[in-house]
Amino acid sequence: MLGVREGDETSFELLLQRYRTPLVNFLNRMVRDTAQAEDLAQEVFLRVYRARKEYEPSAKFTTWLFRIATNLALNSLRDGRHHRLEVSIDQTIDDGEQEQSKLDVADKTPDIEHQLLERDRASFIRRAVDALPEKQRAAVLLHKYIELDYAEIARTLECSESALKSLLFRAYETLRIQLAPLVGGGFNAL
Amino acid sequence: MSCERMEGRLVSYMDGRATERDRRTIESHLKECSACRARVKGFQGVWSMLNELPVHEPSAAFEARLRALLAAEPVRRSFWEGLMPAPRMAFAVAMLAIFSFWISSRQPVISGPPASSEAEFRMIQDLPVLENYDVLVSFDILSQLPAQPAQGQEKN
Repeated sequence: MLGVREGDETSFELLLQRYRTPLVNFLNRMVRDTAQAEDLAQEVFLRVYRARKEYEPSAKFTTWLFRIATNLALNSLRDGRHHRLEVSIDQTIDDGEQEQSKLDVADKTPDIEHQLLERDRASFIRRAVDALPEKQRAAVLLHKYIELDYAEIARTLECSESALKSLLFRAYETLRIQLAPLVGGGFNAL
Repeated sequence: MSCERMEGRLVSYMDGRATERDRRTIESHLKECSACRARVKGFQGVWSMLNELPVHEPSAAFEARLRALLAAEPVRRSFWEGLMPAPRMAFAVAMLAIFSFWISSRQPVISGPPASSEAEFRMIQDLPVLENYDVLVSFDILSQLPAQPAQGQEKN
């Protein structure tokens, strides 16, 4: 990033190649919409490019990058909630894996039998992650897929390290309960 | 350690980032608490399942769209960048200035007269106009003038 600050185009190209896939995946899992995730990822890189001359290496670049991404994702989700009530219940979107209802409201009392009928084990796992509250979801994604350390995640989510560890504990505890049917190959018969 | 106190430490323990003291305390608790042991096993299962989620590669159009957006970005130049010439131009101007100074600082070399016209050179070196000497040398009528007396004889 210091090379990008000095106007080195090759350095920016390296950053783009290195971070575009993890960034798009993180945003995809946050906003649950492939096209929107790519739009947000482009916005992240644009903001990095615009702010390049003011960049100071006071924090790791990864922390800075995913802080921008997390803020954009949370803003996008907040803005999306305003439109959700206007959307027809029959309208569907293609998230690149399978069609799903746009009104994917987190089901607090999941119909286990209905969910067990689903064929795609990965889809089941993804729905469990999607159902997490936004900040817990961001914490899990940054911890599990981006592998930031606790201080970096706490800085990204603007909370203390102890609050972050509690956040992660609650998120994994929720997932442990939601994904219990999959333990021991519970989906293999489908 | 109680199960509630495990809440803030269990994840770092499973990450291998717990302090030595916490690690011993947690392992001591796990030996005695089946609920927490089940929780640890459940968390390990969750982490394993999260690895099953497919990685989504950006679409083929992602980079093309991003490059188009970057190309459309206005070129930002600071005040000083606007005053400063391009580096190559500045280098070329500097080299030209150094070369010009070097050329102008070199004194013209006045070489000594040829040995055969040493006397002629002594005669003309104080003459204000050189071409007069050329005329005088080839002016035949001067050969008819009487010879000049020596300076010592004149004083006498």
